[in-house]
Amino acid sequence: MYVHDAFDRRLIAERVEEFRDQVRRRLSGELNEDEFKLLRLLNGVYLQLHAYMLRIGIPYGTLSSAQLRMLAHVARRYDRGYGHFTTRQNIQFHWIKLEDLPDAMADLARVGLHGIQTSGNSVRNVTTDQWAGVAPDEIEDPRVWAEVVRQHVTLHPEFTFMPRKFKIAVGTAAHDRAALRIHDLALRLHRNEAGEAGFEVMVGGGLGRTPFLAKTIKQFLPKHDVLSYVEAVLRTYNQFGRRDNAWKARIKILVHDLGAEAFGREVEQEWQSIKDGALALDDAAVAEIAARFRYPDYERLADDPVELKEARAGDRRFETWHRSAVARHRLPGYAIVTLSLKAEGETPGDATAAQMDAIADLADRYSSGEIRVGHEQNLALPHVRQQDLYPLWRALDAIGVATPNVGLVSDIIACPGLDYCSLANARSIPIAQDLSRRFRDGDLARDLGRLHINISGCINACGHHHVGHIGILGVEKNGEEYYQVTIGGRADEEAELGQLIGPAVPYGEVANVVEDIVAAYVELRERPGEIFIDTVKRIGIEPFKERVHATH
Amino acid sequence: MQLIKGGRIVEDGFARVADDAPVPDRLPVIVPAARFLAEADAFAAREAPTGVVWPNDRRVAELAPYLDRLALVGLVFPVFRDGRAFSQARLLRERHGFRGELRATGQVLRDQFLFMLRAGFDAFEVTKDADAAAFAQAARRYSVFYQPTGDGRVTARASRVGRPARDSLERDSLL
Ligand code: SF4
Repeated sequence: MYVHDAFDRRLIAERVEEFRDQVRRRLSGELNEDEFKLLRLLNGVYLQLHAYMLRIGIPYGTLSSAQLRMLAHVARRYDRGYGHFTTRQNIQFHWIKLEDLPDAMADLARVGLHGIQTSGNSVRNVTTDQWAGVAPDEIEDPRVWAEVVRQHVTLHPEFTFMPRKFKIAVGTAAHDRAALRIHDLALRLHRNEAGEAGFEVMVGGGLGRTPFLAKTIKQFLPKHDVLSYVEAVLRTYNQFGRRDNAWKARIKILVHDLGAEAFGREVEQEWQSIKDGALALDDAAVAEIAARFRYPDYERLADDPVELKEARAGDRRFETWHRSAVARHRLPGYAIVTLSLKAEGETPGDATAAQMDAIADLADRYSSGEIRVGHEQNLALPHVRQQDLYPLWRALDAIGVATPNVGLVSDIIACPGLDYCSLANARSIPIAQDLSRRFRDGDLARDLGRLHINISGCINACGHHHVGHIGILGVEKNGEEYYQVTIGGRADEEAELGQLIGPAVPYGEVANVVEDIVAAYVELRERPGEIFIDTVKRIGIEPFKERVHATH
Repeated sequence: MQLIKGGRIVEDGFARVADDAPVPDRLPVIVPAARFLAEADAFAAREAPTGVVWPNDRRVAELAPYLDRLALVGLVFPVFRDGRAFSQARLLRERHGFRGELRATGQVLRDQFLFMLRAGFDAFEVTKDADAAAFAQAARRYSVFYQPTGDGRVTARASRVGRPARDSLERDSLL
């Protein structure tokens, strides 16, 4: 948990007052909609199809129970009783009134939450591994570095009006759970041969109309240079990124046009002139931030306590859930528990106010008051004693967040799509709901194993369809909803972009195509246990193409 | 349009001179970049102050050799959302040591004032009169800052570990 200090709190409070004034000026006509648009976007306020939408960042995906309760309160008081968790560790409220926004923000500010730079052409919420601080395979808690960077880019006077949005992710584990290579800038902490930790710096990743995976421009950046280097990247982008065409304005295009090497040289030159200046970090500054991440007072426990063993042996439903939702914690006797927000027929990533309140209570009881939000649109409880898993499961099951489908075919990632979003070509949510019904059979889903389906309602790719094992993209054809289907994408340390499996299909055909792809996989896999993405990697997409073509 | 300098609305002492117009001898003038570069020696010989408006798509490093002869550099925000001049301003102040007037021109609104001050601007051609009137208030909107820039404002990091930010220029904070 990160404990805000007086500086952090004051800044957020001052921001709320500034926004209140901006809303007042908009309502009085002093600001026209064009001017106001830029300002509201910098506070996470979008104008959508039916109403304003408020996006709240959840830095590095860590929430306290008090914060989650406040999100529930906002959902209930200002919205329609639910919120939507996104693929970038944010939550969105889709039905907020403009006049209510300043009050909603003031409520959120009381627990340190805000929408600052969750949209607009600014540096967005810095994301990281949702298992930060508890994953067995990390070399340091990435949130410390995410927080160092977050503070630096918050209301940065130079980088608030950049060519386009800018997304940063930080990872420190062997396994990439933060989708590093699809970010504008990714920092991966690793050890060099001398055993020192430093960052691999990757730039120019991003999905959207022209998807690219980020390229490495620096193999090893000493940790204490991270701010000056980030500054050099941002300054290079702010000055030279394209501004004549919004579709070409992301840093990925600049990196592509210049070439990663030339871009890297430009950054390096800039960096050399600032690296020994005011941005050089010293141990005291980093320690000061690290000290504000609090960990529970862990007990000395052993793995597989008798309560757990008995429950797993005695209750098949629990055992099934345990295999899907429980992951190893870095300490013996503890577990990380994923809460599926992908119940059959529901909107992926949605949680009701009642669920949020209940989860906050369970976090207090079983997870030291801490909750995590992951880019897969699920939540997690990061500090659960294994001996508590059984009663926890019963409570989670009762509120509908214990569907045993984590990482499986029905754990679908989907953007809001045409049901809410003014940019959408097509609906995403009903496709996800339909697929979750088709694959409701848990035994089948478990036999299929790990399989990620990602759905975006337009080329902006908020559902990360390019990196879905199966990716579904809504397009428009003669005024109708069509969908392109790709396979073979992934966002982890072996990141790949998916490839098209054939021409776009109409709305009613999408689930059939997915079923055909899945059927083809079952036929083509070497053995049960070879997961979908490995089969595609081994044999390529052609065999899949043929089979899908044969039936459509 | 109103000009803000030193935190107050003031008369503009500089005249804008277009590309082909004659340059008045004794008056402070602001000229376009191309003309300034073409006639740099002539401008250097003038007794009255000279300023230049520098476009936001040209590296300010080009201007570095002339900075000691320039009384004013105007940087351009062609539209509100185009923030290139923020980088140019910081480079002029913090890298090239420019101490003259650094003027924000173009679409300059209240909501950018503090960012501009922090980037090193000290004069503002403010688009709306109401914004000019609200300058002092807007410049005080925030009292805590995360980033060290050349403006000398103390950052959260510096306060937290109880030492001043290194490297800050010793210009007086404007407000
Ligand atoms: S991908 Fe398109 S439709 Fe979906 S949320 Fe993003 S902009 Fe909207």
